[in-house]
Amino acid sequence: MLATDDLRLKTIQLRRLTLQSIMTAGAGHTGGSLSCLDILAVLYNRVLNVSPQRPDDPGRDRYVQSKGHSVEALYAVLAERGFFPAAELETLCRYQSPFVGHPTRKIPGIEMNTGALGHGLPICVGMALAGKLDDAPWRVFTLLGDGELAEGSNWEAAMSAAHHRLDNLTAILDHNTLQITGPTRDVCSNEPVDDKFRAFGWHVETVDGHDLDVLEKVLSAANPAGKPKLVIANTTKGRGVSFMEGVLKWHHGVPSDEEFAAAMAEFDAAEATLRGADQ
Amino acid sequence: MSAPAPSMFSPAAIEMIQQLGLKQGRANLEEFATALEELAAADRDVVAVTSDSRGSGKLGPFGQRFPDQLIEVGIAEQNLVGVTAGLAACGKKSFGVSPACFLTIRSLEQIKNDICYSNVPATVVGISAGVSYGALGSTHHSLHDLAALRAINNMAIVAPADNFETREAVRAAAAADRPVYLRFGKAKMYDLHDADASFEIGKATVLREGNDVALLGTGETVVHCLLAAAKLAESGLNCRVLSVPTVKPLDEDAILAAGRACRAIVTAEEHSVHGGLGEAVAAVLMQAGVFVPLTIRGIPDEDTVTGAQADIFRHYGLTMEGLVEAATLQLQKLC
Repeated sequence: MLATDDLRLKTIQLRRLTLQSIMTAGAGHTGGSLSCLDILAVLYNRVLNVSPQRPDDPGRDRYVQSKGHSVEALYAVLAERGFFPAAELETLCRYQSPFVGHPTRKIPGIEMNTGALGHGLPICVGMALAGKLDDAPWRVFTLLGDGELAEGSNWEAAMSAAHHRLDNLTAILDHNTLQITGPTRDVCSNEPVDDKFRAFGWHVETVDGHDLDVLEKVLSAANPAGKPKLVIANTTKGRGVSFMEGVLKWHHGVPSDEEFAAAMAEFDAAEATLRGADQ
Repeated sequence: MSAPAPSMFSPAAIEMIQQLGLKQGRANLEEFATALEELAAADRDVVAVTSDSRGSGKLGPFGQRFPDQLIEVGIAEQNLVGVTAGLAACGKKSFGVSPACFLTIRSLEQIKNDICYSNVPATVVGISAGVSYGALGSTHHSLHDLAALRAINNMAIVAPADNFETREAVRAAAAADRPVYLRFGKAKMYDLHDADASFEIGKATVLREGNDVALLGTGETVVHCLLAAAKLAESGLNCRVLSVPTVKPLDEDAILAAGRACRAIVTAEEHSVHGGLGEAVAAVLMQAGVFVPLTIRGIPDEDTVTGAQADIFRHYGLTMEGLVEAATLQLQKLC
């Protein structure tokens, strides 16, 4: 297992890779990728039982990214774990590249083709049911966006997950409170999310979605018997780049050369601070 | 006492059924349920997913015999398809079973993305398809499903005509390494195939040879095509009949052979005339340069009449008499 500071350093490198691939492609969902990146880094480095050498191992844990538009962060994390060479990300969104702007099973390590919102949770209910039918120990995880919760299919799935007592299922909400039109509370308020899921029969925990230790603890812990788990990860859209944090235009904004350089300088400074604190 | 259900067959058609020696079987839905139960008995990975639809899908006995292999999600078709896809992605031979009218529109995006685009070997089963629920109004008619699903890459579409095709289609779907849509009605069907018949997804079957008019049907219209051909024979016409259970991928060879050999073609489907079997057949013929007069019999683009399935078939000419008329009109135009 990585020491916390090693993983923190890694998240800085993953942010560089995420932003670099968006710059090269000239497209991407910058803000949401940066808000969920710490969650993905913890999942793939500390929680999920998955192997780049055996991505189809039937005994692996399953992760489905329901908020598929944040695929750039997922690509970065998978590349860093060795599922494919990071250099391949230079083809992101190019003609006939397997690295399209949403997850597909063409990429080793990706379970399902997602991108239309409200699909991940129902799929994961099916996967969790398959695990239960086989009495298998593997677990199922999905990442939801908070704007995505307006899709009714999530609530159909939430109801059935509790009904079938799917305690091998964990949904993580990337609760960055912004969607493309504006603050989620202004677009279609979904609060209180925790009470809603509790009322549906879920075990709910709310955490700081950028605290790596807390994320590891809550995502590693087994669910209470018979209950699916929702982890509300409070995050900041654009996390890690000061001028992007909480700013709507970075939902799918692509940095200019100057902005990219400024972001890289911030990453360098963050890394220097972390390494300095280490010594 | 309740009124007797209207018959799908006129007295003349019943007489023809007797002449041909056709034997009445069960509803395809019942045959489907039995076939699935047999598969489930042999393979624990065969799983049915229902949306409060086990009764409509005749899966009550299946659920009693294999309670772990029948998953109920409630009246939630989008979730039903997502769950069916997730099960298939984890090695289950999953069958998502729900009325065709809801399954193929409300959850069309799940069919497109979770099953077809993700390419998982799941089967979606549209029950009480077409106008099986004819009296319940257009909310419950499924006259769009072939058109909607034909436009989605990677989906095989199968509408069996009788119990044999149903049984074989269910087995083929369970064995297939790809997405499949099965479409069943709930009327009792006549057995149309010989004992030595074979079935394969993507293949049509010639039920009757002939070179005057070719009658091509899918699903519950095929028996009417066969009766119409027999009726036309009384006028000295030799008509070919094709059962085309697989609407996609189409058996282009069989269609082109019919188009080249026959003077006219009539297609029959329990579906909108837009986007179903008829237009698919026309596209195959025209793109191959086979320009043969063609009539598409189906449900026209109008506020569909309501009533029993038999009433609706009669209203729109999807009967022996209606198809005889369509074939005769085509031949008259050629004179």
